[in-house]
Amino acid sequence: MSSFNLDVYMPVVILITLALLVAGGSMLLGSIIRPHHPNQLKETAYECGEEPIGTAWANFNVRFYVIALIFIIFDVESALMFPVAAVFKHFNEIGLGGTLLISIFTFTLILVAGIVYCWKKGDLDWVKSFNAPSTQQVNALSKDK
Amino acid sequence: MNSTVVTYLSQSKEFTNTVAALSKALGFDATSLVAFVIFFIGALIVVGALATIGGLGTYAERKISADLQMRQGPNRVGPYGILQFLADGVKMILKEDIIPAQADRFTFILAPFLCMIGVFATLAVVPFSSGLMLSDINVGVFYLVGMASLVGVGVFLGGYSSNSKWSMLGGMRGASQIISYEIPATITIVSIVLIAGGLSFKTLINGQGGLPHEWYLLHNPFAFIGFFVYFIAALAETNRAPFDLPEAESELVSGYHTEYSGMRFGLFALAEYIEVFVVCGVAVALFLGGYKVPFDLGSGHIFTEKLGLDSMLAQNIGQVLELGAFFTKTLLLYYVVIWVRWTLPRLRVDQLMTLCWKYLTPIALFNLLGMAVWMYAFDGKSIYSIIFNSAVSAAGHH
Repeated sequence: MSSFNLDVYMPVVILITLALLVAGGSMLLGSIIRPHHPNQLKETAYECGEEPIGTAWANFNVRFYVIALIFIIFDVESALMFPVAAVFKHFNEIGLGGTLLISIFTFTLILVAGIVYCWKKGDLDWVKSFNAPSTQQVNALSKDK
Repeated sequence: MNSTVVTYLSQSKEFTNTVAALSKALGFDATSLVAFVIFFIGALIVVGALATIGGLGTYAERKISADLQMRQGPNRVGPYGILQFLADGVKMILKEDIIPAQADRFTFILAPFLCMIGVFATLAVVPFSSGLMLSDINVGVFYLVGMASLVGVGVFLGGYSSNSKWSMLGGMRGASQIISYEIPATITIVSIVLIAGGLSFKTLINGQGGLPHEWYLLHNPFAFIGFFVYFIAALAETNRAPFDLPEAESELVSGYHTEYSGMRFGLFALAEYIEVFVVCGVAVALFLGGYKVPFDLGSGHIFTEKLGLDSMLAQNIGQVLELGAFFTKTLLLYYVVIWVRWTLPRLRVDQLMTLCWKYLTPIALFNLLGMAVWMYAFDGKSIYSIIFNSAVSAAGHH
């Protein structure tokens, strides 16, 4: 077998097909034998017996949205780190471990700087701490106007 | 390099004979056809076995929780209630399927399918034994991390498309939790890859041995801490308690699957229980020696030499032993996962994020750097071999 052989991905395709078959098949089997008596009450969203007011697709404060941005950076970082990690042992054996070590350190420390920045800025906290203006400051501001 | 279940089976005489006979009958090279059939049957067996384990997982969950709370648990269907999961499955198929009128129908239907695809696709690389893993893709762990993140998409879409406030909150929590905990888990995996020097599961496991001191868990202190980081992150990624915030029943009714009924809910549950098994299996493969059996019993050479068995038969015995080793360790971890669920109270959302970003991620990054330094400084030796070698050389000086 050659070292690059797409045969190894055949089970992946088969398994994805099987996932669709199992899920779709059980739904199909169910649709034949299960009852189907829809009414308006059944089809409303469940809110513990209260009538739902408005849609759930409203704007609300998603905390930690900055984390989604950090996540992307870290995800790319780990994706880039995988190949380096995979060759590290081999490079170490042929005496190039130091080079890779320096590159891993540089790369990780830049990321650490990023997370430290977010931490300091308060993006990792539930309630973002900030310095609220004192009453006198507010009064001074309103007087200026 | 890329070995599969077919590579293993092609060593036997029957395989060559079948391929030869089929090629003759059909008039073309039938190797790919036979390979496809073997893959298909293998995939069927794996899916069947894992679906059963997932089903038994729900039974075990209820029975163990009952045990921990001094109750009986399910005990009506079958001996000790062991057939409860089949009864549940039948019930779910028979339940009426309700799609809320306000919901986004397409994504609502799509979400459980995504969860199933994500979980089933990871099964391709789970290393059950050296010969019987479906496929040893050369980017194994990387592939697994990528495919497993599809589940997060399913959870979020399920919550979003339901158009119910509980589902929405659950889906949002699920999305933020799953993406957050992917970071420490992935970085820990990278640090283990540093030791193994390869991404395929075979490379990862072949670096380890059957006895605990040869496992990566005890390779060096960083790997030891890494195991716990990975395990906690894996618990959170599979939405298991104490991190089951996306489906926290006391606050969000049922979280992202509040509006799902019948088999659609069943698909979510099945995917979750299989995913727990998969992450336990990955933890075993990365840290606990995977399928390795002590004293090299797994390769089967010893049976050929000492007992004079046929080499293929000896190999098969070795495979069975390896399967036993893998399943024993994985199911023990599975037990720990259930035990943790019924022992620890749930975290609050901000505590969850604090734990991930202020503790686990820095620890995982520190582990990565520490591991790189260790590999460089000690030439990739484990702590055991360093102590053992220094003891031997000290004894030699006398």
